[in-house]
Amino acid sequence: MIRQVAIYGKGGIGKSTTTQNTVAALAEAGKKVMIVGCDPKADSTRLILNEKAQATVMDMAREAGSVEDLELEDVLLTGYGDVKCAESGGPEPGVGCAGRGVITAINFLEEEGAYTDDLDFVFYDVLGDVVCGGFAMPIREGKAREIYIVTSGEMMAMYAANNIARGILKYAQSGGVRLGGLICNSRKTDREYDLIQALAERLGTQMIHFVPRDNEVQRAELRRQTVIQYNPEHPQADEYRALAKKIAENENLVIPTPISTDELEELLMEFGIMEAEPADEAVA
Amino acid sequence: MEIKDHNDLFAEPEYQAQFEAKKEFENGCSAAQVAEIAEWTKTAEYRELNFSREAVSINPAKACQPLGAVLAALGFEKTLPFVQGSQGCTAYFRSYFSRHFKEPIATVSSSMTEDAAVFGGLSNMSEGLENAYALYKPEMIAVSTTCMAEVIGDDLQAYIKQSKASGAIPVDLPVPYAHTPSFVGSHLNGYDAMLRGILGTLGTPGEANGKLNIIPGFDGYSGNLREIKRMLDVMGVDHTMLADYSDVVDGGNTGCYELYPEGGTKLADAADAVNAKATISLQRAATVKTGELISGEWGQEFVVVGEPIGINATDAFLAEVSRLSGAPIPAALEAERARAVDAIVDSHPYVHNKRLAMVGDPDLLVGLISFALEIGMKPVHIVCTNGDKKFKKAAEELLASSPFGAEATIWIKKDLWHLRSLMFTEPVDLLVGPSNAKFLWKDTGTPLVRIGFPLFDRHHLYKRPIVGYEGATNLLMDFVNTVLDEMDRKAIATDSPSFDLIR
Repeated sequence: MIRQVAIYGKGGIGKSTTTQNTVAALAEAGKKVMIVGCDPKADSTRLILNEKAQATVMDMAREAGSVEDLELEDVLLTGYGDVKCAESGGPEPGVGCAGRGVITAINFLEEEGAYTDDLDFVFYDVLGDVVCGGFAMPIREGKAREIYIVTSGEMMAMYAANNIARGILKYAQSGGVRLGGLICNSRKTDREYDLIQALAERLGTQMIHFVPRDNEVQRAELRRQTVIQYNPEHPQADEYRALAKKIAENENLVIPTPISTDELEELLMEFGIMEAEPADEAVA
Repeated sequence: MEIKDHNDLFAEPEYQAQFEAKKEFENGCSAAQVAEIAEWTKTAEYRELNFSREAVSINPAKACQPLGAVLAALGFEKTLPFVQGSQGCTAYFRSYFSRHFKEPIATVSSSMTEDAAVFGGLSNMSEGLENAYALYKPEMIAVSTTCMAEVIGDDLQAYIKQSKASGAIPVDLPVPYAHTPSFVGSHLNGYDAMLRGILGTLGTPGEANGKLNIIPGFDGYSGNLREIKRMLDVMGVDHTMLADYSDVVDGGNTGCYELYPEGGTKLADAADAVNAKATISLQRAATVKTGELISGEWGQEFVVVGEPIGINATDAFLAEVSRLSGAPIPAALEAERARAVDAIVDSHPYVHNKRLAMVGDPDLLVGLISFALEIGMKPVHIVCTNGDKKFKKAAEELLASSPFGAEATIWIKKDLWHLRSLMFTEPVDLLVGPSNAKFLWKDTGTPLVRIGFPLFDRHHLYKRPIVGYEGATNLLMDFVNTVLDEMDRKAIATDSPSFDLIR
């Protein structure tokens, strides 16, 4: 049974970095994993493949004329730890429909038999917010059953996390998808650990891991590598190993309980991140 | 009231004046220039340019996925096809079938508009299902999608589940679905996806029933479906035809309109299809996904035999039925075969060595190529807009099996405008294809034998089978009589002494 996992979160929060480092840790532990990048930016596999950017399904389709002209081996590459990698790709910014690109790419991978029985995990690394139906493709019809949201203690990241929880709620009611937890990718904001812990509680889930900020991640990234590959002895590598282990053993899968924007702001105030608005002064 | 013939009507002065006035707006080219360019499009130079075009299709010989899905849905008893999308698409499917079958076709739309494009089609689906169920009382609703629903990523499975959970429709109403984006594939893929959805939803494993399932595929001939069933009945083989729309799209006039004409595969039989001995598909290209369901999830023998067009292909079909069912081929069918062979021998001098241009669906073309070769005609240009590499390979192998196939070229993913260039630069004697090919008849003067789908411009051709031995005789008549008509026409035009009473 393949475990399919989708990673969501605000743009720029570190989804791709976190996903690839976690996947590298799983691969190191002997798991067979495939990553499906669902973002037109197509940067979900570069650290695994150690190359600039992989040719995407949609790029190749554009060249060949149509998706039907593609072969699986054109778009499914193998990188560090035997991890299989595919990128959906999509249009240039401002044109076309990236969501449809995700649907087309995943349909292609399914039809061409990319989901082989020997896989233990499939990870979908999905663009920012779930802006349209296409970006919900990874959690439709028995694909990914569990979702992790990458966030940080920054307000907008938390706001996005809550919004994504709302999307999951919709799909959880009709399908079987569940929230597995929040991954805090630290930005060293004030009381970050406690804040995300509290947010997770409000959402009815857990903070599955707190990934501390460490420049080793950037150093590895510049070399197009994960920390696991670049410096396996480094403590940061152990953090990703811990996260990978927690995900592999996670049984805490829930239907989230998203909160209102007001409640979110109250939470921030509670932690002293946001000041309460001054009471309206009486007009003389 | 006197109703004027179109040709007479448009010859009248008021229309002629209108046509002249229209030209002013349509183009600034003189008649001489138009004629010059028209001549140029017949050259080898133009053919080369035509075949190097990439960005545009001109009259592709195919329809879209949801159209195929609707036909598959119509093949089941009291089933309402439901299209998640805008109204225009559904109106197109209905009119397309009505033009071919000359019958009313019941299909509903969820009428998606701009707000559905923004907010997703859930409420359209849920209200649409509720209304359709309340008004039309179907026993099954088969949902397919249009481009719009596919681009915004409507999740049919979730929407149907939610519609049932909210009480819009009963929980136990079968509502199979298929994602059928029009911008991918053709009507064959849509037929396949919908049939798979329906069989997957209804299939109820139980005791083996010993029957054979027959999937005709997307076949525009109700006559073909009836002929297949008749041959199986003659053999005494217990069978279920899956997606049997013959009586639904070709019902009788009893004086009152029936929303669901008597007919279609019974839902109970479709549910029991999973317990059959084996399934025979007559169209590979229209049963790829359905075949995966049957041989995979159902673990049932799934055999693609292709369309039984002509003597050889009918022999192969009956042999396969005989192998699977254990029933011998009865003398009655052997007699039909003998009559068809006799007819072919009688007409042989007129069809021998005739060169053909052919256009149509892949499995139909394979059948027609097989028939052409066995009666000594030479396929030359074979255009299959929705053909894939597997079709090309199968057709090429078939052509290589006969000296009459030596001059043929298979053109997949090409359209009728490509075929036009081929026919001008390498002329043929006959053109074989659906009604849309009549414009090539007009341009090139090559007589058209109307076979395939759609057949809009001649009535009721779809009622007469082209499969089986009876079908082989029908096809032979189409070919040989077109040749003879053309001979007579030429004799009249040239005042030739060869205007013979006896041919």
